[in-house]
Amino acid sequence: MTGWSDTSIWLIIVALGVATYTIRFSFLGLIGNRELPDWLLRHLRYTPVAILPALVTPGVLWPASAEGSLSLPHIAAALVAVGVGYWRKSAVLAAVCGVGAYLAVNAVV
Amino acid sequence: MSSANTSRPAFWRGARDAGPFLFVAGPFGALFGVVATEAGLNLAQVMGFSVVVIAGASQLAALQLMLDQAPAVIVLLSAVAVNLRMAMYSASLAPYLGAAPLWKRALVAYMNVDQTYAVSVLTFEDQPQMTLAERLSYFFGTCLPIIPVWIITTYIGALLGEAIPSDWDITFAVPVAFLAMVAPALRTPAHIAAAAASVVLAIVFGGLPYNLGLMPAGIGAMIVGAEVERRMGARFTPPSGGAK
Repeated sequence: MTGWSDTSIWLIIVALGVATYTIRFSFLGLIGNRELPDWLLRHLRYTPVAILPALVTPGVLWPASAEGSLSLPHIAAALVAVGVGYWRKSAVLAAVCGVGAYLAVNAVV
Repeated sequence: MSSANTSRPAFWRGARDAGPFLFVAGPFGALFGVVATEAGLNLAQVMGFSVVVIAGASQLAALQLMLDQAPAVIVLLSAVAVNLRMAMYSASLAPYLGAAPLWKRALVAYMNVDQTYAVSVLTFEDQPQMTLAERLSYFFGTCLPIIPVWIITTYIGALLGEAIPSDWDITFAVPVAFLAMVAPALRTPAHIAAAAASVVLAIVFGGLPYNLGLMPAGIGAMIVGAEVERRMGARFTPPSGGAK
């Protein structure tokens, strides 16, 4: 992978694995039955929906392959994936439709 | 193994209840395998991710940021942040499985992923009469259609990725996969507000180099989600399952 040595890739894999395992083990293994404070639970509940859209927004609006300008296929794929996922509550269907939208718009534009 | 006889039905019940999620874990395992291979990881590294981390969203997050040439610290912090929700899973399983021997709890922790957690905790809440041995067997049963499938489909995806011509740019599939995962999770106005804030803040902070904008955008969106929930009144069931 461009810009990454084999060693640094493995370091990322192992560090991410250890950190993720530590999170999973935390309460079950060490802290036990103690309750998390309400305010913390309330914030943790939103980690996936708060982080993942921000993670992909640049890749949708300014994809590297379009050299930083708007790309219609990327935007169409994103909108279709969100729309279908929200409407049908199925991640798999949403992903399939999103990929289909990208290919369809890409073929037309 | 003295409890094996009584707990065997619980194991298969867990496997059956988690069965439908095979169709979630499978395609996403394959997707990660394909995308990671296309991005230039070798087979061992692709499998390393799926065996060591077992968390598709954070694996794809790490991959996306590595493709973006973000610094390693940002790659790690962001991918770990995606997994913070699992602290909640861990805390909410503790009342049900906390009395198990340490090595069993350590094994549960390794396989405590979105699907095994969700299926198990709903059953534990619903059937308070289950014994500790039954709960453990049930949990390990839910792992059967999820964890091996996740690993095998990653492998199949990696082989497929090698077969796909390298001039096909399929990195567009990463945002699609994430959005496909997030959209069905937009269950409440608070979730929708958090996701919308996430996009807006990502655009606001989009000018910062090295994806430095991701953390402030993510934290800001968490605060928005939590605040909307608080103002709308606590209508959720506590994940500890204690209050019904």
